[in-house]
Amino acid sequence: MTQEKREIVIPSQLLGDTKQNKAGRGTFVEQGKIYSEILGIVNRKSDFINVIPIKGRYDPIEGDFVIGIVEDPMASSWLVDINAPYPALLHVSEVPWDVEFGETDRYLNHGDSVMAKVASVDINRKVNITLKDRNLYKIKGGLIINVEPSKVPRIIGKKGSMISILKKYTRCRIFVGQNGRIWIDGDDENVAKVLHTIKKIESESLSYGLTNRIESLLKNETQEVQ
Amino acid sequence: MTITPSIKRDYLSKLAAQGKRADNRKFDEYRSIEIEIGYVPKAEGSARVKIGNTQVVAGIKMGVGEPYPDTPNEGVMSTAAEMIPMASPDFEAGPPRENAIELARVVDRGIRESQVIEVKKLCIEPGEKIWIVFIDIHILDYDGNLFDAASLASLAALYNTTVPAEHFEIGENFPLPMKDPPISCTSVKFNNAIVTDPSLDEEEVAEARLTVATDENGDIRAMQKGLNGSFTVDEIKKVIKASIDNGKKIREELYKIVGK
Amino acid sequence: MKNDDIKLFQDGKRIDGRTNDELRPIKIEVGILHRADGSCYLEWGGNKIMVAVYGPREAVPRHTQNQLRAIVNARYNMAAFSVEDRKRPGPDRRSREISKVTSEALEKILLLEKFPRAAIDVNIEVLNAEAGTRCAGLTAAGVALADAGIPMKDIPVACAAGKIEGQLVLDLGKEEDNYGDADLPVALSPRTGEILLLQMDGHLTIDEFDKALDMAIKGCQKVSELQKKAIIEKYIAELEVE
Repeated sequence: MTQEKREIVIPSQLLGDTKQNKAGRGTFVEQGKIYSEILGIVNRKSDFINVIPIKGRYDPIEGDFVIGIVEDPMASSWLVDINAPYPALLHVSEVPWDVEFGETDRYLNHGDSVMAKVASVDINRKVNITLKDRNLYKIKGGLIINVEPSKVPRIIGKKGSMISILKKYTRCRIFVGQNGRIWIDGDDENVAKVLHTIKKIESESLSYGLTNRIESLLKNETQEVQ
Repeated sequence: MTITPSIKRDYLSKLAAQGKRADNRKFDEYRSIEIEIGYVPKAEGSARVKIGNTQVVAGIKMGVGEPYPDTPNEGVMSTAAEMIPMASPDFEAGPPRENAIELARVVDRGIRESQVIEVKKLCIEPGEKIWIVFIDIHILDYDGNLFDAASLASLAALYNTTVPAEHFEIGENFPLPMKDPPISCTSVKFNNAIVTDPSLDEEEVAEARLTVATDENGDIRAMQKGLNGSFTVDEIKKVIKASIDNGKKIREELYKIVGK
Repeated sequence: MKNDDIKLFQDGKRIDGRTNDELRPIKIEVGILHRADGSCYLEWGGNKIMVAVYGPREAVPRHTQNQLRAIVNARYNMAAFSVEDRKRPGPDRRSREISKVTSEALEKILLLEKFPRAAIDVNIEVLNAEAGTRCAGLTAAGVALADAGIPMKDIPVACAAGKIEGQLVLDLGKEEDNYGDADLPVALSPRTGEILLLQMDGHLTIDEFDKALDMAIKGCQKVSELQKKAIIEKYIAELEVE
């Protein structure tokens, strides 16, 4: 079992220079030198230097699947909280229903939750989301929890490995939004299992061998019940 | 990990119907309590209290002033609370709003009405000069149950207080004279479940809240109902029992820390 | 303010035993508040400072929003019980001025263009005050901002130098601040050496100023090492969970 050493870097830390590397996410360049701009884990792929954030608010990127909570129905759109610095806009042309002008609250109201996709992020960071895609809809039932957006990759796992383990041993339906919101549906006991497993993943997110530990834990718990 | 508000109430009610709370506590169980005295050396007395993740610092400053005309030989106390923006994304900067004012007044009454501070011993010159006790409560981290945390921090800080007579050239310093304090315990109700020491989530879905302060003999010294729901008489009795039981434990812990 | 009874030097050492270029003891704790996005608790000499950072989040009220970048709202506040004579709660003119110069210092090193129309709220709370609170506050704010994951070009740090009884010293203590001849708080971007905050009161010749500034900058660099150490240690511990 190989363990790539995880290196923690802080803002202003020198990571390389533009002669040998390319500056990726989480970095900035000054006079040909590449520095980290955040507290994170440095990741070197091909000749890109990226820094993956350890903490921080959700930064919307086109194509992200997110769970949004409707704030305000307006005449021909809705303002939706997607856990980013400002609410996103969902226009009536981006939903699968035929909505009359001024009738938006008949379909989605304050407090409703939706599974959506980030359609666009313009130059002023204004975000538009859409429900027009298969698997996107208004959420009914289940439970939604919030985790730190930076932990989402850990909860999904490499090529979905972690989330598959979770689904397998708990038989719950689970949808992980890139914005740190997770929807869980299943029977009470299994939902509780998912919750405390996610809590564990959150608190140990930086450690090594987590996926295997979580799998053993869940395996044991399931066996105990049988 | 936090639960989205719209689903919170159903989730917590479902758990409650099974006799459970989200953090696995019993209905009448407190989170872990930490009391640290002398936290602020500059103050005449101070304490930091943590109940779970809720964190409150109380500082006591003493001043000299004129007595109130109807109590010419008694010291005076004044309580203020600051719900500073640090403690929660929902707190705004600015003068205290109703929540901070209610908090300060409830803590104040709990101490004043049970005469915890022996104000008759805080007279310097009858009718002319008395000691003023300023209690300032600073909420640092808000995770539910500010009433109890603020109350406990104020009491611990008072026990830690030395009256600075030397600084004012009025004589020798002496410990602030105190009598046995009532301990405040808060419970909330949502969907027929009554839970004590509400977490932030439980407070957010609560319909009604009841704080009961009890003394060493198990007698009731103060009560405050909050929020716009109601309690049945049975429910009130449940809250009182939880307050007496927990009050005893908390008092023991407090005495241990302040060395009584 | 002069007081002939106070001797700021005894046997060549300062009133608390330090040499001229020695810092008071500093302790830094990272991420200690549960609700805030980033936080730092810092002790510097007798100072006890708590900083909480929220953001980036939508700037309110709307009219304060800047369409091109985030705004920084640093709020420096002294608790009523933090000083010798109780301070009435609420911002006074001194607090508002310190809030302003602190916001401006932070604006320079935070990458604000990434978050138009947003606000980054920095709450600096002085729980116990003992000279040099604005430097301690800004230093703690730097750590809290890094802890919150806010992108920045550098972690800002601050330190003061001064003159007492004709001699230049680093990091004025309580009596030195009250009875000294000059006070020079400085905030720095340690990577580039850029000065982010500079204030001075008292009396210094040009030569004295140059030396005092140099002293303050060196002090800043030492404190910067402590900031970085504290941040990395906090997260290294998480890496090592087995």
